[in-house]
Formats: sequence, C-alpha cells, structure tokens
Amino acid sequence: MGRRILLIEDEPHIAEAIRFFLARDGWTVATHDNGLDALEVIRAQEPHVLVLDVMLPGRSGYEILADLRADAGLARLPVLVLSARGQEGERARAEAAGASRFMAKPFANDAILAALRDMAGS
Amino acid sequence: MRERRLLVGLKQADLARAAGISPAYLNLIEHNRRRVGPELLATLAAVLGVDETTLAEGAESVIFESLREAAAGAPTEEHAPEVERIEEFLGRFPGWAALLASRQVRMTALERSLEELNERMAHDPFLSASLHEVVSAVTSVRSTAAILAETDDIDPQWRARFHLNIYEDSIRLSEAAAALVSYLDASQESETGLMSPQEEVEAWLARSGYDPQAADAPPPGTDEDYVTRMPELASTAARKLALAYLARSRQDAELLPEDRFRAALADVGADPGLLARRLGTGLAPVFRRLATFRQDEEDGVPVGLVACDASGTLTFRKPMPGFALPRFGAACPLWPLYEALARPMVPIRAVVELAGQVPQRFLTYSFSEPRFPAGFDGPQVVEAMMLILPAPRARPDGERAIGTSCRICPRSGCVARREPSILSVDA
Repeated sequence: MGRRILLIEDEPHIAEAIRFFLARDGWTVATHDNGLDALEVIRAQEPHVLVLDVMLPGRSGYEILADLRADAGLARLPVLVLSARGQEGERARAEAAGASRFMAKPFANDAILAALRDMAGS
Repeated sequence: MRERRLLVGLKQADLARAAGISPAYLNLIEHNRRRVGPELLATLAAVLGVDETTLAEGAESVIFESLREAAAGAPTEEHAPEVERIEEFLGRFPGWAALLASRQVRMTALERSLEELNERMAHDPFLSASLHEVVSAVTSVRSTAAILAETDDIDPQWRARFHLNIYEDSIRLSEAAAALVSYLDASQESETGLMSPQEEVEAWLARSGYDPQAADAPPPGTDEDYVTRMPELASTAARKLALAYLARSRQDAELLPEDRFRAALADVGADPGLLARRLGTGLAPVFRRLATFRQDEEDGVPVGLVACDASGTLTFRKPMPGFALPRFGAACPLWPLYEALARPMVPIRAVVELAGQVPQRFLTYSFSEPRFPAGFDGPQVVEAMMLILPAPRARPDGERAIGTSCRICPRSGCVARREPSILSVDA
C-alpha cells in the first residue's frame, strides 16, 4: 500500500492524467472534484499529501487551505497548490495562505512527481 | 472647471449629466465661451467637490488646489514640500507653479486610465474565463501527451482513452482560442471609455457616412461648434483631428465638385488614374474623394481607404467589407501601401488575397507623395494611401498573398512575418 494522496481538481482530464502517473509511481490516489465538501473529504480520506486546485466550484482552493491551516488536526498536512495563474503574485498568495508548494499550470508531470516525493519525504 | 473635472477623473459627459446640461454646453462653458449662472455654478461646484468661489475664480485657484494635492501625495520623509508657502511659490514662480500643477492633473488622469485598464484586465469576466479555459485545456493536453510519449508499456485501453481526451481537449482549446481572438478583435473600445482620438474620429465618420460635407455640412466658419456637437468626438485631440479632416474634405470638394466628379466617375469608372487624368488633378484628392464620395445605393461600389505616414503608422482607416484592418499595432508588411511608401510617386495597382478562413480578393491602388509643408528647408512629410475595391473576377497575373497583421494572420511560411501568429501552429 503506497502513500495516500488526495487530488482535488475539477477538470476531469487533468485529474485523470495526474491520477495515472501518480498511480504508476506507487501512490494510492483518491480524487475529488469540488470545493464545497472538500474539507469533509480530506478528513475522511486522511491523505499523506494533498494536491489542491485553486479554481474549484463551490469554494476556492484558498478558502479550503485557510480552513485546513486553522484545523489543529490538518494544519501540518503538506499541500501542493495548482493554479492556472502563474505569476509571482499568485505564488506569494499561495504561500501566504499556507501552501507547502505552488505549481503553475500547465505543468510538467516530472515536476509534480518530484515535488510530491519531496513533500512526502519531509 | 476643466482642470478640476480632470483632477477628479470625471468625463465631460458624466459631469454634464450630473449637472443636467448637455455635454456640448458644458464644453462651451469649459472653454470660457458661455457664462455660468449662479445656480448652475453651485450645482457644478457640488458635483466637482469644490466651493463655488474656487470654481469661479478660475485658473489661479485651480493651480493652488492642484499644488496642494501634489503636496499631499508627496513622500513626507525627506524634502517635504512647504505647504504653508504655496501662495508665495505661486506668486514668485507662476510658470513653474502652473507646470507643476498641470503635471499633477495629468498624472492623476493617467493613473485613472491605468486603473481602468488594470481593472478591465483583472475583472473582465469573459477574458478571465476564456484564458482559464485555454490554460486548463493546454494543461490536460500537455500532461496526457507526456504520458503517451513517455510510457512504453501503456495498456491499450488507457492509450485509447488518453487519445480521446487529447482529441476532446484540442477541440475545446481551438474553440476557446477562436472565441478569445474574436472577442479581442471585435470588442469595442467604447466599453472601456478609452478610445484613442483616431478611433473617436473614425466612429464619427462611420456614422456620418465618411462625408460630413454632404450629410449635414457645417456652414463655413462654424466647424468648431459643429465638432463640439458630435457625440463621438469626446476628446480635445479628436476634435482637432476632426477639424483637420473637415478642412481637407472641404478643399477636396472645392477641387472636385460633386457634379464634375460624379460625371467623371460614370464615364471612366472607379479607376483613380483615369479619374485624375480626366479631372486634371493629382492622385491624392481623387483617392480621398473616391473613398468618401457618397455613391448611389444601387450602383455604388464599396471603397475602402487606408493611409499611413512615413513611420508606417495607419493614420486613416475607412473599412472595406471583408478586408479586416488591424485595430492595434502595425498592419501586414506585404500590403501594397507599404510598397508605395518605399517608392514615392509610383502608382501601384495590385490584386491581393487576404488570408482568412475564406480568403478574399481585392483590387488595390496605392500611391505615396512627399510634401514639404514648411517649405524648402523644412522636413519631408510623406503620406501613403491605398484604395481597396472589390477584385475583378480573374486576373492572369495572380494575386499577392497578404494578411491583416502578423499576430492574427494564419498564413504559414510567410517570409515577411515579423512575429508569430496566435492562429498558426507553424508560425
């Protein structure tokens, strides 16, 4: 049983691709496609690492991240934030909101894998 | 009043509406050509957030207020302006004071324009949604394509599924890109309130059928009042351009009166060379008259006209149906217009094929003429013009392949391309 990862991403084809290469890398991957009940899903899944898109239906990735960091049980969960906005300002905003890592779309699959291995190792 | 209005960032139309008067009337007031009664003055002062005396006292008071605002916005740590000595400064150095005040007003106006542009870029919902759609589709295609390219032992079912995903994403991507291009291409500057003076003039000419002389010709000597009444000509710069246009079109109409021009046109057709010879005049007035002349609805030929100066900047655009003219930036370097610019006084006739989903053919006549408006020792000023007419059915010598401008031209393998196209993969 590999390390558990939860991917919250509303674009089905992106989620499918990430799920595929993570599974081949030995991760156990669960996916979720909206922001509304994301927090409940995170609590239920208890992932080792979370991959979180910013623009989600219902609630934004930043709102979810703020709740996570305010929750004693989830405050230290490593979170990789994905955003379609790639400017430095967006990276700073993600880091200020409590993201462990930030990655702009479109991304290289290898870069995601390297970041996640690093995050899980730490 | 105008200084104060610009300072608070109000458009003439906004202030006029708030005060219950017409923009044209407000314009006359702002140019000291109408007196203001006490009631209207009170209303205007209230809208502009100044007291009536300041507004009535005029320029010096406005300069004083502007200097105070400049001082208020200055960094206070070091070299703080001596606010208590503004009057002394104004008295001793009126020229410097006026300059500083006008810079302050200009800076405030520019800051507001910048804010409006930023606002638009950041909050335009269509732009934002379209760009997000493009980035999402590209992300999916890139990630999925990498899997297909880098995974040797991929299950055939997964392979088929990923191929389908890429296919669907490519359709989504092309639809989003096409929507984005047409939006950027067609969106009217009026939405932003940031039209350039040239665009204001073009909007006015488009409404008046490009022939203000024929439509509701202003009596001689009243051009200034006339341009003030035109709703499209909101800026001072646009009104100046319009005045120059009116003066030149009046000269052209005097040189080539309607009856004579109509008779020659009926006789030799819309060929500027033959018309110039028949009318015993130069090519330039014939080009302009041909493009702006009001023809009969039934047998009139649509005629477009573009003009540029020696830098290649388009200075006049009268659209021709089907011939897309660039809104921003430079046009296609292969336009015969630019060949004419490089070969002054040589008339160039060329059939062109404009790139597009359905390529369209047009007949063009181009010509450029150097002028020396300041006399023998003055600089040479060149204007090139290109008339655009419907193409004849067939020509044995073929067409020249041109585009609108590189950025939106789908033509591949073009040797004159100066920047990649957002529509062509191999550009």
